[in-house]
This record gives sequence, structure tokens and C-alpha cells, in this order.
Amino acid sequence: MTNLILPRGISRRGLLQGAAAIGAAGLILPAGARSAMAQAKKGGVFRIGLGHGSSTDSYDPGLWEQLYVQTFAAARVNYLVEIAADGTLVPELAESWSSADGITWAFAIRQGVTFHSGKTMTPDDVVASLNHHRGDASTSAVKPFFDPVTDIKVDGQNVIVTLNAPNADFPYLMSDYHIPVLPSADGKIDPNTSDGTGGYIVESYEPGVQATMNRNPNYWKADRAHFDQIIMLTILDPAARLNALMTGEVDLIDQVDPASISLLESRGVSRIISVSGNAHYVFPMDARAAPFNDNNVRLALKYAFDRQELVDKILAGHGSVSNDNPIGPANRYFHAEMEAKTYDPDKAKFHLKEAGLDTLEVTLSAANAAFSGAVDAAVLMSEKAAAAGITITVDRVPDDGYWDNVWMKKPFCASYWGGRPVEDQMFTTAYAAGAAWNESFWDNARFNELLVAARSELDDTKRREMYHEMQQLVSFEGSTIIPMYNNYVMAVANNVGTPEKISANWNLDGFRCVERWWFA
Amino acid sequence: MTDIWRMIARRLLLGLLTLFVISLVIFGATELLPGDLARELLGQSATEETLAALREQLGLNDPAPVRYWNWLTGVLQGDFGVSMATQKPISELVGARLGNTLFLALYAAALSVPLSLLLGVLAALWRNSIFDRASNAMALTSISFPEFFVAYILVLFLAQTGIFPSMVRITAATTFGDRIYMAFLPALTLTLVVTAHMMRMTRAAIINLLASPYIEMARLKGMSPLRVVLRHAVPNALAPIINVVALNLAYLITGVVVVEVVFVYPGLGQLMVDAVTNRDIAVVQAIALIFAAAYVLLNLIADVLSTITNPRLMHRR
Repeated sequence: MTNLILPRGISRRGLLQGAAAIGAAGLILPAGARSAMAQAKKGGVFRIGLGHGSSTDSYDPGLWEQLYVQTFAAARVNYLVEIAADGTLVPELAESWSSADGITWAFAIRQGVTFHSGKTMTPDDVVASLNHHRGDASTSAVKPFFDPVTDIKVDGQNVIVTLNAPNADFPYLMSDYHIPVLPSADGKIDPNTSDGTGGYIVESYEPGVQATMNRNPNYWKADRAHFDQIIMLTILDPAARLNALMTGEVDLIDQVDPASISLLESRGVSRIISVSGNAHYVFPMDARAAPFNDNNVRLALKYAFDRQELVDKILAGHGSVSNDNPIGPANRYFHAEMEAKTYDPDKAKFHLKEAGLDTLEVTLSAANAAFSGAVDAAVLMSEKAAAAGITITVDRVPDDGYWDNVWMKKPFCASYWGGRPVEDQMFTTAYAAGAAWNESFWDNARFNELLVAARSELDDTKRREMYHEMQQLVSFEGSTIIPMYNNYVMAVANNVGTPEKISANWNLDGFRCVERWWFA
Repeated sequence: MTDIWRMIARRLLLGLLTLFVISLVIFGATELLPGDLARELLGQSATEETLAALREQLGLNDPAPVRYWNWLTGVLQGDFGVSMATQKPISELVGARLGNTLFLALYAAALSVPLSLLLGVLAALWRNSIFDRASNAMALTSISFPEFFVAYILVLFLAQTGIFPSMVRITAATTFGDRIYMAFLPALTLTLVVTAHMMRMTRAAIINLLASPYIEMARLKGMSPLRVVLRHAVPNALAPIINVVALNLAYLITGVVVVEVVFVYPGLGQLMVDAVTNRDIAVVQAIALIFAAAYVLLNLIADVLSTITNPRLMHRR
């Protein structure tokens, strides 16, 4: 009963136009969500077992970084905007947004929404929530998003955000899971509050163990949050997670080990949901260090392994081949027509020769902390690369401290990205010269120039051309090997109802399974 | 009796010294680990700027001896501090987990201690019989498998058939009866793992004594074998048995993280692993002290009890 959901027509309407239309027509829900409403039933206790969560998890939104806290947040808070299942931006706490020049953005804040504490949500709360991620004392992970923001102020029921340069995608950034609207006092939010405007009220929470939430009776969305109660459990052991689902202890688990999928299906008590999104696994190479400072060496490595083999063996088919492209098929400006790279030892040898080399010896540092199966993937690449005269020595490093000691420290290692809903966000985060997370230290003048130009370009066709050219640059001149897009694989009990289309922007229906799903 | 009290006092003082040394070692070891709490909390998304700000907030910029001194003075005043990650008092964070861990340890002990003593005595009584061989073989088999394997086997036969739950969801509101029911599989796993050790020691200690002349005398006087063992052999075999039981109780408190993970049991072991992974040193220190204290206290109790059961030790000169 594998339910393979592929991204289909993603809206291509210009963002500014779209925002205006939404503003005029009020709340427009995507078609998928409407049909789901008709079938959704209320009630039940939804129990979720996730392979994340630790006793050090906190309520501070700036520190959220894994699926447990992300989903926990989606249940109790709301954001200014939401990414719908079809990838378009729809209103949430902001009823509409507009900008004449891409520099000054006005968000019209919804009226009559209350927090769980009974306090009414005001534009002041929005300003305080955004300011939590700005300033020298901010410890927020999304502080870089707010670097271009010069001013945030209240104007009646609107919140006005001013940037230092035009950014057509700025409203998209406001959908990021780090930026919920929380209650404020004296211009500051309390980062340790469990309060929010979301569909569920926290009854109890023990970090790393369990959270229990009850439905918010005053939730402002009538057609969302169908369960009476949600229990979220941390189950770190993959076998314990499978057991919990098979013995009926939980109704949803994440991170199903690809090797156990067929076993799970044969039991007949649950179904697998496999959603292809923008998430991808990567092997960044330090573009500043020899031999990776020569693009021919990088190209040789890109042709020296079998991408389909990795998809088949590491992902058990739950994914697709990537052409060294961090922009995924669920993105608006995905470049699908690029020349595909296949396993071609001769081509790899040709590029080696261009670089003035006969053979190449490199060390690839990998740990499964980067992604599940990273070490196996490295070994498979090493086996295939031998035919092209390339010796890849796989250095298996410990999971503990991986992001500290290996990532961005060793010249060639494994890493992953959750994918970003916006092209600019992905490129700015990991490919712009000097970006804090530019893991390959790549610096391409043409790319950097296009990045700034595309951000402020308001003509859709021109933007598309620019983003296509940038994808081409990353793919053929970039310093990151991107072999595959990994699907989000989860399993649910048979009686869990899901919308026809499941969001691909993040795992678990964009974290919103808690308010979009129901018991059939 | 004053000797006993003097011994307890001396051992308690030594125990405190041990705890102090352990806290130094643990602190030093966590300092050696690469990375720090700020880095772990921000994960892949850390930038130099946010790292610096978070380190400032968490007080990670002080030199290590200053941080250790601040922690030590707090502990001496009974304040274990707050978790650096969640800003919750550590007593609150650790308290509930400690309760869960002690519950599971006592539950497993309540199953395994009587079982292994009974099996040990019977095996000694019927030495080299089929019963002796079978109980030995079974106990050794279960201790030889890794804990998680025993746990999965139990899950396969007892949880997937729906008799017992495969995971333990204990909250403050769970009743005692429910706890007993839900924690049965982890307790049984631990019982299988520790029984062999205690049973074999009981058997060996008793068999050792059965060769003594005074036992021979008792037999010649025509006592029943059971009475010989229970009345004459067991009291003299208590010292080694008490020691091995204490050692296993300490293991049940400190060493069950694998069983906790398999059964999703919210105990101290899991919390300690989390805290080490995230470099939340205050929590690591508190738990390490609890574990060390468990060993110190249980060993002390074992020594006191074996002294009391052995008059020769009471009056040594």
C-alpha cells in the first residue's frame, strides 16, 4: 500500500500578484485542503512516535532544530504565513501581504485571534516575535534571515517590515518554523512560554519523553486540528518505533528504516507514506583546498559514481536522482532540463586528464550523523570510482561531535539539507560566497551576481531564467556532490486519514500532520 | 556495635571523598569532549555570531576551573543548579527520572533476587541433578545474550501477541498497578540478565560450605538435607551472596540504558546519554554523582550486613 506522492503542477503565479489576489479575496484555501475538509472527522487521541527529541529541547523558537520540536510547535503555535500542500504561500496569522518595491513589506494581521492564555493576538506580538531573531543578543538560528531587515514597526493592524534591498520572496521566509507568533509583554516575547495561538494547548511536556496536548476549543481555524488530544513520544530506537506502530501503541512514526518497509507492509496494520520533496543528501568538497580547487577534479568525481545505485540501495527506492542540484522538484523554479550526469568512468578520466592528473586520491569523511546510510553511500561511491582511477578512502568518523569536528572542517565529507521552499533561501544559506553555512566554501562571481539580481527581480520569466542559470552553475561548476533527493518516509496506522496531497516542503506534511490529518 | 558505627562513619566520609574525586574526573572528561552545549543546541545551523551570544548567556565563557568551582559551591549548599539547556532546576529534571529508575531497579530486584536465591539453594541441594544442569544452562544462556537481544525476543513473544505493551509510557498520573503491568517486560529482561550471576554465586558459596566438617556433623546427626542447607549452610554463605546482590542492584540502577532505549523507558540512563550528547555538564555531573553514590551506598550496606552476619568480623583484633 505504498502511497507515492509526487509533486505535480506547482503554482507559477508571480508572488506579488498572488499576494494581492489573496488580499482581495480573503482566505483562499488550496483545492487539496478543501476536499480534505469534507472527509475529515473530529475526535480521537493521535499518538506520534518520533526518532527525535532530547531532554535538552526547549521552548525557545530560535533553537528549534529537529522534527520533534518542529512538530510540537506546529501543534501549538501559528505563523504569519503557511506553505500549502501544493507549495504555494497561503495566509495564516497574516491575512494578506503586499509590497510595491520588494523593500517595504506590509503584513495585515488577522483580528480576533486569541492565545491559549486568553490574551488577544496583536501586531505588537508579531513585532516582538520577529525581533526575537534580531539584534546582537539574539541566539536564533535564523538570525541571518533578519540581517537585511532594517526596521519592523506597527501601522494600525499592519506590521511593516523594511529591508535594505528588494527581496521578492521575503513573505516565504516568514513561513520558517523558527518564527512563530508568541505573546509579548513590553516588546519582548517570553522564549520559555508554551503559549500560542495554535490548535492544541499543552497539558504536560517532559522534554525527550512525552508531550500531551488537548484541542484548543477556541481555535480560530474551524476546519483544522481534528484530534481531541495529541500525544507525542520520543522513541529513538528504530526497532522500538516499528514495534510501537505494529503493536498499536502509536498511530504515526517517522524515519522508517528503508530495509524494514517491506516487512511493515506485509503485516497489514499500517501504510507507508513516501513523499518526495526537496530534501537532499550532499557531499561538499572544500573548493579552497587542493585538489578540489580545480573544477575538473570536482567534475571527475561527479561522473565517477552511480547515482541510481545510491537511490536503490541507500534509500531503497524512496527517493530520486539529483543532478548535483540543491533545488528540488518541489521548488517553483526547478530546472528539470539540465544534462543528466550518469556513471561514466571515461568522462571522469577525461576530466582528470584535463586537470593534469592520471589518478586521484581523496579521503571522504562520513558518519551516519550526516544522514542515515552516509557511510554505506561513501563506500559505494568509492567502489565505483576505482574504475575511473580515483581512490576514495572512506574515513568513518564518530557521530558524536560530527557537526563540530568534521563538517566544514574536513575537505570532503557528508551532509544533508532539509530543502527550502524558496530557491533564494537555499542558495543564500549554503551557496552564496561567505555564507555561514556555505559548506563547500564555493565562491563563483557569476553566481553571486545572479543571486542578488534574482532576489529583487519582480518579473517572473526573468527570475526563472536566472534561477535556471544558477542551478546550471551549481551543478556543473559547484563544489558539492548532490547524488539524490531523499523522500520523507513515514508510516501511519490504517485508520489515519490524510489529505490527497501531502506537503513536500518538510517532513510530516510540513510538520502540520497534527492539524491537517484525522482519524477516518 | 560501636565498631560498626565507627566503620559506617569512616566509610561515609571516604564515600564523600570518592564522590568529590569522581566529580572532578567527570568534569575533566566532559571538558575533553569536543564541542560545547552552545554548539550542540544550535546544531548544523550555528553561526559564529549566534554561538558567541549563546555562550555568553549560558556562562560558557568562564574558564573551566571557575565553572567547576561555581558548580561545587552550589552543590555543597544543596543546589545542583539548573540545566543549562532548559533552565529547569536539575533536582526537578532528575527527580522524576530517578524515581522511574529506582522503580524499575526495585521491580527487577524483587523478581530476580528471590528467584536467584531459590534457584541457587535448590541447585546446591540437588547438585549435578537435571534441575541443577537445566537451571544453570538457562541462567547462563540468558546472561550470555546481549540485553537488547533478550529484550527483542521478549517483545516478539509477549508484546507482539498483545499480552504486554512494547513500550512503557509512565507519567506522573500512572497508577501503581499500571506501572507494574507496563514495566513488566523491561523488569523481566533485567531479571534474565542478572539472575545468573546471583544464582551461581549462591550455589557456589553453599556448595563450598557443604564440604565443611560441621556440615558433615549435621548430616551425621541425621538432619534432613533441606534443614542442613537452610539452617547451617546459608547463614554462613550470606556474606558473598549479599555482596553479589549489592553489586547487581547497583548495576540495575546504573547500567540499564540499553533496556531503557528498547522499551522507551524514561529513566536516568537515557537522560545521562542525552546530557552527554548535548554537553549539558551540570546534568551529567548530577547523574554521575547519583550513580557513584548508589555504588558507594550499596557497597557500604553490603559490607555492614556481611559484618553483622559474621561474628568473626565483628570482633576482629
